[in-house]
Amino acid sequence: MSRPAHRRPAYHKINKDLFVLTYGALVAQLCKDYEKDEDVNQYLDKMGYGIGTRLVEDFLARSCVGRCHSYSEITDIIAQVAFKMYLGITPSVTCNNSSRNEFSLILDKNPLVEFVEELPAGRSSLCYCNLLCGIIRGALEMVHLTADVTFLQDRLKGDSVTEIGIKFLKKQEEKKYRWKK
Amino acid sequence: MAIFSVYVVNKAGGLIYQLDSYAPRAEAEKTFSYPLDLLLKLHDERVLVAFGQRDGIRVGHAVLAINGMDVNGKYTADGKEVLEYLGNPANYPVSIRFGRPRLTSNEKLMLASMFHSLFAIGSQLSPEQGSSGIEMLETDTFKLHCYQTLTGIKFVVLADPRQAGIDSLLRKIYEIYSDFTLFTQPSWTLGPSWCGCFVGGRKQLCWLHKSLQPPRRLCSNCSAWQWC
Repeated sequence: MSRPAHRRPAYHKINKDLFVLTYGALVAQLCKDYEKDEDVNQYLDKMGYGIGTRLVEDFLARSCVGRCHSYSEITDIIAQVAFKMYLGITPSVTCNNSSRNEFSLILDKNPLVEFVEELPAGRSSLCYCNLLCGIIRGALEMVHLTADVTFLQDRLKGDSVTEIGIKFLKKQEEKKYRWKK
Repeated sequence: MAIFSVYVVNKAGGLIYQLDSYAPRAEAEKTFSYPLDLLLKLHDERVLVAFGQRDGIRVGHAVLAINGMDVNGKYTADGKEVLEYLGNPANYPVSIRFGRPRLTSNEKLMLASMFHSLFAIGSQLSPEQGSSGIEMLETDTFKLHCYQTLTGIKFVVLADPRQAGIDSLLRKIYEIYSDFTLFTQPSWTLGPSWCGCFVGGRKQLCWLHKSLQPPRRLCSNCSAWQWC
């Protein structure tokens, strides 16, 4: 059954540098507020979770994605549609294990760290972009999927690439809410 | 009006937004003498016309006011029972206003949660796996269209049976809603609560609402409004 083509409305656009610098200022302020890196990471994740639960509605309303039938499909959509829509980049997807519930998004270009030279001294375990992990986790939870999202590798910490790992956990009660095609 | 009402139900079954069309409902006020030639009955805390339709007073209309004073459910403004009052010849001649009963907020909340449950039952009754749930409910006087998002929010629109383009309207409402939750009210908890402040979105909805009247329809190719 074909549905009428859905025309995308105008986006709310802001200056990219403003966005990146604001994010940097946010992380800097959190570093001032919390001494431990784990606390900053956790707070960023929590903030990201709140953003993700709302962002998913915007994403679903504006993109025409239908029901996904597998975890790999979901990860592909996150990488190719969502990241492209909101950050303008397309990370590549790899599957980490044979049971096909652990995936990695390899970001070769991360716009959020454009103005970051290096992590401050004494902040070696800070996950600068942990907000992204929270966003992905929050968004997946709103479509009844629980996942552990963490940074597996980070260029700012000296690794060669930036890698976000998504590990899908046991599905939440799925039978109550049917997804629409 | 082609669109009668819009309901937004969250994934827990609670009504979070409701909009009714503002077309004036047909009301009729007449003066009666004893005995009353209409048969009235008590139903759901309201006094309805059961038989004796005439002059704009239809079966199913409720008693809205007696002698100019609004009734309070089955009681008059003074606290007397309406049926008892109208059974007493000493109170005549009396002027009674009849009209279509309006749903109270509580009734709307209840109906929305009932629809949510029916929707879930509908999905489970499906012989095929992964049914979409109730998409349309058709009656002779209106069509109910429902769109459930992947996050479990349902957008329900009651419209004229001949009205086309409701699918696009439902998606447009979803966009307005997502703008609202993301930008206008980020601190709004995503739970069952009366949200009277969906105002910016409401203005857009009202605009869409007014513009969705026959004979205009949404062109399926370019999503532009066309005259039939």
